[in-house]
Amino acid sequence: MTAFIERRAARSGGIESPRFSRRTLLRSVAGAGAGLTLGLLLPSRGAEAAADAGEGPADARDGEPFAPNAFVRLAPDGTVTVICKHLEMGQGVYTGLCTLVAEELDAAWSQVRPEPAPADAARYNNLFWGPLQGTGGSTSLANAFEQMRRAGAVARAMLVTAAAQEWGVAPAEIETAEGVLRHPASDRSAPYGAMVERAAGLTVPDPDSVALKAPEQFRLIGKGDLRRPDAEARINGTAIFASDIRRPGMLVARVRRPPRFGAVLKTLDEDAAKSVPGVKAVLVLPRGVAVVAEKSWQADQARAALNITWDDSAALTVGTDAIRKQYRELAEQPGTVVRNDGDAAAALSDPEGRTLEATYEVPYLAHAPMEPPSAVAHLTDAGIEVWTGSQVPTMDVLTIAEAARVKPEAVTLHVTLAGGSFGRRANPAGDCVAEAAGIARGLLDRGIVAPVQLAWTREDDIRGGFYRPMALHRVSGALDPNGRPVAWRQRVVCQSVLKDTPFAPILGAPGIDPMAVEGVKDLPYAVPNVHADLHMPETGVPVLWWRSIGHSHTAFAVESFMDEMAHAAHVDPLVLRLDLLRDHPRALGVLMLVAEQAGWHAPMEGGRGRGLAVHESYGSVVATVAEVTVREQTIRVDRMVCAVDCGLPVNPDIIRAQVEGGTVFGLSATLRSRLTLDETGLVRQSNFHDFEVLRQASTPEIAVHIVPSTDPPSGIGEPAVPPVAPAVANAVFAATGRRLRSLPLRVPS
Amino acid sequence: MARLTINGTVQTLDVPPETSLLNALRDELGLTGTKYGCGLSQCGACTVHVNGDAVRACQTYVRDLGDARVTTIEGVSGPVADAVRAAWLEHDVAQCGYCQPGQIMQAIALLTRQPNPDDAAITAAMNGNLCRCGTYGRIRAAIRSAARMLSLATEGAEP
Repeated sequence: MTAFIERRAARSGGIESPRFSRRTLLRSVAGAGAGLTLGLLLPSRGAEAAADAGEGPADARDGEPFAPNAFVRLAPDGTVTVICKHLEMGQGVYTGLCTLVAEELDAAWSQVRPEPAPADAARYNNLFWGPLQGTGGSTSLANAFEQMRRAGAVARAMLVTAAAQEWGVAPAEIETAEGVLRHPASDRSAPYGAMVERAAGLTVPDPDSVALKAPEQFRLIGKGDLRRPDAEARINGTAIFASDIRRPGMLVARVRRPPRFGAVLKTLDEDAAKSVPGVKAVLVLPRGVAVVAEKSWQADQARAALNITWDDSAALTVGTDAIRKQYRELAEQPGTVVRNDGDAAAALSDPEGRTLEATYEVPYLAHAPMEPPSAVAHLTDAGIEVWTGSQVPTMDVLTIAEAARVKPEAVTLHVTLAGGSFGRRANPAGDCVAEAAGIARGLLDRGIVAPVQLAWTREDDIRGGFYRPMALHRVSGALDPNGRPVAWRQRVVCQSVLKDTPFAPILGAPGIDPMAVEGVKDLPYAVPNVHADLHMPETGVPVLWWRSIGHSHTAFAVESFMDEMAHAAHVDPLVLRLDLLRDHPRALGVLMLVAEQAGWHAPMEGGRGRGLAVHESYGSVVATVAEVTVREQTIRVDRMVCAVDCGLPVNPDIIRAQVEGGTVFGLSATLRSRLTLDETGLVRQSNFHDFEVLRQASTPEIAVHIVPSTDPPSGIGEPAVPPVAPAVANAVFAATGRRLRSLPLRVPS
Repeated sequence: MARLTINGTVQTLDVPPETSLLNALRDELGLTGTKYGCGLSQCGACTVHVNGDAVRACQTYVRDLGDARVTTIEGVSGPVADAVRAAWLEHDVAQCGYCQPGQIMQAIALLTRQPNPDDAAITAAMNGNLCRCGTYGRIRAAIRSAARMLSLATEGAEP
């Protein structure tokens, strides 16, 4: 296992190159759900981490910093830099990681600064993902919870030892708080910065040997008043995203991609483009043609002037209507069995009971982060430097190396802030970074040594593929003569996200992408007969994980159908769920809380309705009540009340923000967004006027209630999304008696 | 050559007159706080002030600016700007933060014209500014807070 990790690490610019040949300290961590995974802590690597990132630590100017491990660096001026292995894309992970370190370090919140970690699978891997550095699956805080606390605790222990030596007292007599060491017996105290030099000379203790705080000792974890440490930069225009990177002599690239997925270049007439002033090069890429110019408007002009014909012989030339027809036909045929409890077929054909069946459909969706994909690449004979907001830095390193034709060791990836992502910047195909690196190679091959910025336009983003897959669910249920659900059969038709990616080995049984059936395979309801199967058609439309992945559509089908079952049985949808989830205490907890806070049983006037959904994803459970008003064909969502159990709430206000934001994201998919292809395979939408997302006017009041918990923290970036669409659809049914089973919801006239 | 007044300073730029203000700011002047989000005035990420009015820099062209005063997130100041920024921090509005310079410029323009906007006025002013992180509720709350701060300051200033 160790050898495997080191081999992989070396491929991704890791620990086998000479400058990384350092004593390593291995420790094993039982990863939740991912078996045994290994984490590495390398002593005294923090400062080098910053150096690797191309910028020497600013806090080193006034003396040597103290970097007891790869995650913490203390400067003589007292600044505590937390090296963050996860991408900050708005989900607040910098705040979370800083909280964990500062808690055990006993640092003052005001002295803590986040800094992005360089790409390095050996030091900065996601402990749930093995030898891969990455941010996704709502794993960041959960995987780093103990690791970052230990990083802080080690630093604190060394500062205490340093002070004990300096003062000639026993370490046990020294107290720490708010970044200050105190020896009450002799009334001595010193700020952390004063002990940095001495601490830097000490031997780093085994992280497992340092004691961690008991929950009742927490003074930062669980407190709601921590402001994000990087909040000011985000409101004064100084936060730097990949598209804001400016390097001396930087050129600008635009890429014209084939309008149909799978098409390739047939003919290129570049004369007009090359005659645009400032144009430096026209480069053929694996998917499209790049123009490189001195200025962005020159590149725009040159791209428009490219005279290209495309070869569509291998391209997708059908539309989403045809794909949907294919899905509906597949839904008539048995698929690969995912789950089979009891005998659902027999229960569904019992003449004594009642059966119902419904089909739910969801469209392709673009992620549409506010910052479109963007990267800067600078290739020289020495190697390539790339700046981008990456959810999968060590995977992108391999992509960049391949596209730039250099060794992975020659890649330096600077992870910048990301202007939203929602899964978009975790692309195994690495589309944007591959293009940027390929362009940099093309430039160097032509003797042009300069950094180049590739910034996608919004049209590039909406039409660039890698969408949330379209999906169809056919669900059948049976109620016994007493109205109790006795059978649940669900057929899923959905493209695989994992297939053809480096993650393919984690695909389950043949024909089953676990991400297509999450939320169905693990249907929590106590129904005695459950059968689920799956079709994974190939369509030619590139797909990708999109905030909450499979849960984004499985919850819509499951929770809508549960509502249908309840109405068919003449049982309150809350009561039926409480009954069928009796063995799931966390689900019961959020259901009770949301019902109480929303006033579930309060009557509503005509045209208004209340709907409920509950769903578990990424280890957390969210229950949502939607209140809607339906007037003619217009659905107005008036209020959303959410209850969440995500284990120990580390940063309650960030949890609230993620549930608010996830709810808005879910409402965009529920009410507005869809991505369709015309009958020739062209994407119909191009920008926010036709790929619509929620705006201020349609945003309801959103109330978030957090279940107190001392369980380990679980996911929070995604779990609020899945219950939104079914809660709203169920509310529309309550308001109108109309069951809407297709997203985005449209009330027929 | 174009002459623009940006954040109180006259700048001479070597750009064609049909260059967008957004490109001029970001690429010529390095004022990257103003963001690109759509290029079509659909998202508001590029909102700046021209003579105090909130405009979309992506659809504003250098040739049309003349002597107009352009203010960006880097240069905006004054009591309204201070109140809006303080309220944004108080409500910890920003998630990724990419759209927030535009949101803030829009909110400052609103509160400058209308110091105590009702909900409908907030909606009308802010509906053109998209946020995919979904911070709309906090933006609304922050604008209300800023309006309160400004009214307290005004009352306090009265003799």
